[in-house]
Amino acid sequence: MELKKRYWNEYLKEIAGDNYFYERSCIRQTFFPGSEATFLKVMKEELGRNIVDNPNQHTCTGIGYHSDVVPFNTTMTICARLLSLMKENRFQHLVTSCVTSFGLFNEVVETWKQFPEELEKTRHYLYKATGREFDLPANIAHPSDIIYKFRKELGQKMKYRLVNKETGNPLRAVEHIGCHYSKIFSEQSIGGTEFPHVLAGMIEAWGGEVIDYPERRHCCGFGFRQYLIKANRGYSVANSRKKFESMQPYKPDFILTNCPGCAMFMDKWQYAIAEMEGVTYDDKGMGIPVLTYEELTGILLGYNPWDVGLQLHQVQAESLLNKIGIPYDPQNKYIGVSGKLLGEPQKPDFLRV
Amino acid sequence: MNEKKILIIGGGPAGLEAAYQLAQNGCSVHLLEKEAEVGGNLKKYATLFPDFSDASEVRKALTDRMIHKNIELETGVCVSELVAEGEKWIAKSDSGKQHSGDAVLLTTGFETFDPSRKEELGYGIYDNVVTSVEFENMLKTGKVRTAAGNMPERIAFLSCIGSRDEKVGNHYCSRVCCINAVKLSIGFKKLQPEAEAYFFYMDMRMAGQCYEELYRKSQEEYGIMYIRGRVSEAAATMDNRIQIKSEDTLLGLPLKLTVDLLVLMVGIESSPSTRLLAAQNGIKGDYGFAQSLNVQKSDNLTKKQGLFLAGTCKRPLTLQETLADARAAALQMLNYLRETVTEGNTAGN
Repeated sequence: MELKKRYWNEYLKEIAGDNYFYERSCIRQTFFPGSEATFLKVMKEELGRNIVDNPNQHTCTGIGYHSDVVPFNTTMTICARLLSLMKENRFQHLVTSCVTSFGLFNEVVETWKQFPEELEKTRHYLYKATGREFDLPANIAHPSDIIYKFRKELGQKMKYRLVNKETGNPLRAVEHIGCHYSKIFSEQSIGGTEFPHVLAGMIEAWGGEVIDYPERRHCCGFGFRQYLIKANRGYSVANSRKKFESMQPYKPDFILTNCPGCAMFMDKWQYAIAEMEGVTYDDKGMGIPVLTYEELTGILLGYNPWDVGLQLHQVQAESLLNKIGIPYDPQNKYIGVSGKLLGEPQKPDFLRV
Repeated sequence: MNEKKILIIGGGPAGLEAAYQLAQNGCSVHLLEKEAEVGGNLKKYATLFPDFSDASEVRKALTDRMIHKNIELETGVCVSELVAEGEKWIAKSDSGKQHSGDAVLLTTGFETFDPSRKEELGYGIYDNVVTSVEFENMLKTGKVRTAAGNMPERIAFLSCIGSRDEKVGNHYCSRVCCINAVKLSIGFKKLQPEAEAYFFYMDMRMAGQCYEELYRKSQEEYGIMYIRGRVSEAAATMDNRIQIKSEDTLLGLPLKLTVDLLVLMVGIESSPSTRLLAAQNGIKGDYGFAQSLNVQKSDNLTKKQGLFLAGTCKRPLTLQETLADARAAALQMLNYLRETVTEGNTAGN
C-alpha cells in the first residue's frame, strides 16, 4: 500500500478552497437528479463554502464534441459563454459537475494557452454573437476533487461509516473514475490514470476498503460511440459485463462512480444483463448498488436516502443501507418533494428489488 | 611514461579494461570507483549472451588484473566534481578529497531504466512484476520464484521498457535487451522445461554475431513463444498472478494473458555520475550520455583536451563493444600523453 501511495502522491493538484462557479451536467440531472443538489447542499451547509449555481447555464457540448457532431471552434465558443457567466458572477474557480465537461474545459483552456490565436478567435466569436466577455479560470476542479480535499472534514461530520454494522468489517468498494477525468490530462486528476485516488481516498477516509481487481481500468461500457451509435450497443454491454465478471469474485458491497456515464451504465446494464442472461453479480440476485460520490457523501452525512435520490437507481441500494445501518422508510420511497406519490416503477423480471 | 598519471572514474568493465591496458603500457593509473566493489553493472549478471559464459568469471578476470604495480584502485569514492586546472585534471569526491591526473578517462557507465515510471506495468505495485536485473539475480541463485515462493509455470518478458519510448523521452534502442531476453528465457526454460515463456516485442533486433542463431534456437529447442505487440496494462488477479493486455499485431487481435511472473526488460539510461560530470564539462549529449568529439573519427576524445570517454557512458553498448572501446580509449590516451610529452601540450583533439 505504501508503494501505491507513492504514485498517488505524485499526482497532487491544486484545488481551490472556496468561491466556486458550478457548471452542471446535462445527463446527471436526468439520471441521478439528487447528486448535484446533494453536492450543493454539502458545499453550502456542511462546508460553508460559496458556490454559485447560475440558472443561465447550458451544455458544454461535451457529448456532441466527442461524437464528432460539434466542431471544436463551436465547443470553445460555447465553453467561453459558460466562462462569461462565471465572470458575470465574479468568480474564478470553475467546478464542472460532469467529468466530460472537466476534460473538455481542461482541453479548451490548454488549447488557448498553447495557441493564443485560438483564444483571440474565441473571444471574437463570443463577443460578435453575444456581446459577452470572459476570463480564463484560475482553477478547474471536479466536484470529486473538492469532496476529496475536504474528505476528512466531512468524515468528522458523518453519522455513518463504510463499515458493516453486523460484522464490523470495512465495506468493500469498487471505484470507477471515468475516462475524461484522468485519461486526457492525468496531471489534472488526483492519483493519475493508472492508480486513481480521488474516489479511493474518500472510501478509505470513511472506513471502507477499495478493491483492486484486474479490469479496474476497463471501460464502464459507455465509451460514447459504443452506446451513442445504436448498432454498437452490444459492445457497450459487453464491456460492462467484462468489468462485472472481473469484480464479482471480490464480492463488492457497492460501486462508486465519478462520471455520469459510468454511474448510468454500471447501474442500468446490471438490469439489462439480468434480463438477458438471468445473471446478477452479487449472491442475492439484487445486483451491486452503484452510487455517485455525492450520493455516498449525503447518505453517510445522514441525509434521507430518498432525498438523495437513491430510489431512482436501477439496482436498488437498500442492501447497502442495511449493511451500513442507515434507516429509511420504504413507505416514502416514491413520495415526491410535493408530498405526492410519484408512482412506483414496474418490477424487473429477474433483478430482485 | 611513469611520470604521467591517469585518472579513471568508474570501475566497471570499461574502467577495469582501460586501467589494465594503460598500466601495461607504463602509465600510472588511479582508478576511482564509487561502490565498495568494482565490476559495475557486470556484477548483476549471471551469464553473458550469446555464449552463456559465466559473468562472474569475466568479472574476476578483469578484477584480478588490478593487482598491478602501476594501478592504484580506490573504492567507495564518489566523484562529484571534475575540473581541468591548468594542465591537470582534478576529481573531487563527496568527502572533499582531491585526486589529480594528467588525463582523465570517464567510464561512468549506465543505469537501468526505473520501470515504476511506466505505471501501467505495475512495477512496485504488484509483487510478481520484476525487472530483468532482478530476474537475472533469480537465475544467478538458481531459484526463479514468484512472490509466494512458487516456481512460475507461465512467465512473460516485455521488451523495450524505457527504450524506444517517446512517452518517457527515450527514443533510442538500448540494443542489448532483445538478446538478453532470449538468453534469460532460455535460462528459465533450462530450469523449468515444462513452463511456458512468452516474449512480447516490437522488433527482434538480433544484430550481433550468433544472436539470430540463438533466437532461432530459443524457438525450436526451447519453445519460447514470441508475440509482436506492446503490453498496455498489467493488473493483479485475485491469486496475485498478473493479467496483461496486449495486441498481437501480426494477427491483428487483442490478447489477454495471465502469467505467474512478468519480467520487464529494462533499458539503458545514462548514469547520474555520467550526467553530472558530463554537464560540468560541457559534453552532456542526448539523453544525458557523454558526447564524444566525433562519433566516426574521435569517439574516445572529447572537446576538452585530456578528457576521454569509454564504454556505456556514451551510449548503450554490449560488453564486447565496451571492452573493445576501453582498449581503443587506452590507445588514444597513450597517444595523447606521448604527444604532450614530446610536443609540450600541443597535441590533442
